[in-house]
Amino acid sequence: MNSFNAEKNQILSRRAIYIILLNLLAFAIIIVRLYYLQVLQSDKYRMMSDENRISTRFLIPPRGTIFDRNGETIAKNEQNFQALLIIEQTPDAEKTLQTFKNIISLSEDEENRIKKEIKNKRNFIPIKLKDNLDWEQVSEVLLHAPDLPGVEINEGLSRYYPKGELYAHVLGYVGPVSEKDKKDNPLYMVPGFKIGKSGLEKYYDYKLQGQSGTVKLEVNAYGRVMKEIERQSGTEGDSIILTIDSRLQKVAYDSFGEHSGAAVVLDVKNGEILAMVSVPSFNPNLFTNGISYKHWNELLNNERNPLTDKAISGQYSPGSTFKIVVALAALEAGVINADTRYYCNGAMKVGTSRFHCWNHYGHGSLNVVEALKYSCDIFFYETALRLGVDKIRDMALKLGLGASLNIGLENEKSGLIPSKAWKKARYDTSWTLGDSANTGIGQGYVLVTPLQLVTMLARVVNGGYNIKPTFIRQNDSSKKIKRLDISTRNIELVKQGMYEVVNAVGGTARKARFDINGAKMGGKTGTTQVRRITMNERKTGVISDKNLPWKLRNHAWFMGYAPADNPRYAVAVIVEHGSSGSGVAAPIAGRILQEAIKLNIK
Amino acid sequence: MYGLESNNQIKWKDKIFQMSFIYIFLIVTLAFIGALILYSAANGSWQPWAVKHLLRFSVALVLMFALSLVDVQKYYKLAYWFYLITLILLFVVEISGHVGMGAQRWIDLKLFKIQPSELMKIGIVLFMARYFSSATIQGIKSIRGIIIPTIMTLLPVALIAAEPDLGTSLMVLITAGVMFFAAGVQWWKFALVGGALGGCLPVLWNFLHEYQQNRVLTFLNPERDPLGAGYHIIQSKIAFGSGGLFGKGFLHGTQTHLNFLPEKHTDFIFTMFSEEFGLLGSLSLIFLNMIVLAFGYMFAFRIRNYFARLTIIGLNTNYFLYVFINIAMVMGVLPVVGVPLPLISYGGTVMFSIMASFGIILCMSVCSNGDNLE
Repeated sequence: MNSFNAEKNQILSRRAIYIILLNLLAFAIIIVRLYYLQVLQSDKYRMMSDENRISTRFLIPPRGTIFDRNGETIAKNEQNFQALLIIEQTPDAEKTLQTFKNIISLSEDEENRIKKEIKNKRNFIPIKLKDNLDWEQVSEVLLHAPDLPGVEINEGLSRYYPKGELYAHVLGYVGPVSEKDKKDNPLYMVPGFKIGKSGLEKYYDYKLQGQSGTVKLEVNAYGRVMKEIERQSGTEGDSIILTIDSRLQKVAYDSFGEHSGAAVVLDVKNGEILAMVSVPSFNPNLFTNGISYKHWNELLNNERNPLTDKAISGQYSPGSTFKIVVALAALEAGVINADTRYYCNGAMKVGTSRFHCWNHYGHGSLNVVEALKYSCDIFFYETALRLGVDKIRDMALKLGLGASLNIGLENEKSGLIPSKAWKKARYDTSWTLGDSANTGIGQGYVLVTPLQLVTMLARVVNGGYNIKPTFIRQNDSSKKIKRLDISTRNIELVKQGMYEVVNAVGGTARKARFDINGAKMGGKTGTTQVRRITMNERKTGVISDKNLPWKLRNHAWFMGYAPADNPRYAVAVIVEHGSSGSGVAAPIAGRILQEAIKLNIK
Repeated sequence: MYGLESNNQIKWKDKIFQMSFIYIFLIVTLAFIGALILYSAANGSWQPWAVKHLLRFSVALVLMFALSLVDVQKYYKLAYWFYLITLILLFVVEISGHVGMGAQRWIDLKLFKIQPSELMKIGIVLFMARYFSSATIQGIKSIRGIIIPTIMTLLPVALIAAEPDLGTSLMVLITAGVMFFAAGVQWWKFALVGGALGGCLPVLWNFLHEYQQNRVLTFLNPERDPLGAGYHIIQSKIAFGSGGLFGKGFLHGTQTHLNFLPEKHTDFIFTMFSEEFGLLGSLSLIFLNMIVLAFGYMFAFRIRNYFARLTIIGLNTNYFLYVFINIAMVMGVLPVVGVPLPLISYGGTVMFSIMASFGIILCMSVCSNGDNLE
């Protein structure tokens, strides 16, 4: 028995040694593995661990401020107070919401959105209760803080336009990044980041954006922020100083009263845009805060198109204002000179049609200065027929018509200066004498924007210098502006005509004349038909504009400059369906130029 | 007989003083280390795990001492009965699992729950120790002699695997296998069974549940499902690796405290420890466990009673498997099979079963009997 058990015990001892060795081998495997993970691969896993826990977020930099030429702020960032709810910090989110509602009213839509977010969002992600709280509301919320567990006031920045509708078209507005905007810039992915959506906000977006900062946060597996590790603040966007003078801008805007239209004022010496308005306008601040559907539809369906910038996208026949171009082209081509006279008896035959002067009694015999002064149509039919459309076109393009001026606003239209080739391509019919005659008085196919028209005027009255309209101050006065190849004598002749339009007895805009310490206005009226006058109507008597619906009335143009003897400012005014260039547009232009002279804008 | 006094005749006081205090001290130390890690796992709080862990340990310590004072003869006599009752309980669990819904591992006794598969880890050891101690060498080395223990092994293994609890089932199988080996079953038989099993692997594969298959597949390539089943292993490896040589410091493990690592207080507690204390800490903890095992084997060499020696080797193997499988699986060396780290992981069942086995080891370690336990 003993020996038997002794043998079994011996086997057991021997086998136990193997078992122990097996144990040791197993532990050796573990230790090698530990060494591999914690020493050899440590760097790799350390990085993966940091990737797990560190979340880098971008800080939205403050957007650059926009000033007018006098340093007045026209676009800035405003503190925006938001009330947020963090579900996990409130025992009963529904109850807290009801309490909040009693303090600060919420619309039904807002309430439904919040309820939905309470249900769907993770309980540590803040839910926006209300945006754009004013000081009073903020203090109300803070006062009731004990009854509002989990409610926080958060301070952010939102874009604010102090001048409201005055600059709506020029500045545009900012809005959240949309799918098609998304580029490589990671800042674009940050919720709440806004970019320029239209106007100069869009054109100078990159400059205004600034550099984003970053903040490194420690987050847990569920994405909850545990603490801040590191913060690098960004830099504010560059500020921009525009050439516009807010005082002039306001006068220009207000001068329209109930009318619809646009006005652009240039410094004729350097092309700086001193004012640019499109009326009616809208309040861009409504967009920042989220415009209501109803309000948006109102803007969209308004027949006066408040959303369109008529100063750059409104294309109109220039009407008689175009006679300046025709006159200069003819004088330069030698087709007429200062002494050339044509006889106007109220109508003439062009090809097979009869062409009428606006004054059907006729103006009698007149030279180019008188023809401009009275805005005689017959004189310019004759001139245009002798000159030909190509010469007119050359001069028009030289003076800045027919092509976009690229001032940086999208939707800037290029207008239209027709040519024989253009008509062939467009309508597949030949150019007729009638087309030439119509072009001679700025009707027919010719289209210009107010910006183009004022540029044309400025290039003429500044003595033929090729200025370009711009929103950016032209500090570098040494930069020589090139002179166009137009003779000074001919320019003076045309200017004489424009002077007499306003200041001579019988001039079409005499009612709008003014004299501020010797500073007078020169200019040219224009009235363009929106509808076609039939032969029948001409026989029975043309229906007066007053008796027509607004939409069918004539557009009224006036382009003017001052002081007449040494021009500084030029303005183009279009009054949509304003009926009369002399009666409606000229007084508005007069008011604007008077203000510019009084302000002595430099 | 060989003139041996019965254990009854030794006073329990004397018995206690014969026990290894260092062994007991190591066990207490491990439990306290467990409490500290659980304190960290709760982000520096004794609640909810650390306090309960220590309370459980205190109760389990009493159980350990109680079991250590039981007469060795009693274990010998009750070995088959204990095994049989546990086997019946496994049947009960299996049947009620079918009657009820889903996986069933527990029997609820209202006051506490018992997990028969956990009892079986001790039951199989006592059974094999008793069986082989009464067998002859010829019997052990014959085929006929190992038919009964093979059946008695495969029955509980199959029942536990069917629960399904692959980890425990494998542990029971390996423990039994090691005891076969210790008793002297020839090498070639193991080689034969091993070869046969290898051949059957593709067949066995189809018997596995889909989630078990997934675990194995994920183990072989954690990146195949980085957000699902592979997530645990990847995050665990990141925790190990980023811990480096010295660790991130007590309470400063980012993987664990920021919840990237799941199950940090149970199965993955070694990961948490390793992230905070690095390679040096991990080696220390492994070393502590190796000393505990070494003591066990030392006891087995010190005493002469065959039943007691084989029991110690079986229970020691059980403890070794816990430690090895747990650490190996959290490091991605073995598939994740849900084996906790004894004395450290939070959980009552393993705490009591492992302390019970320590109690039995202690009891055996001071067994002065010769071979006759009848």
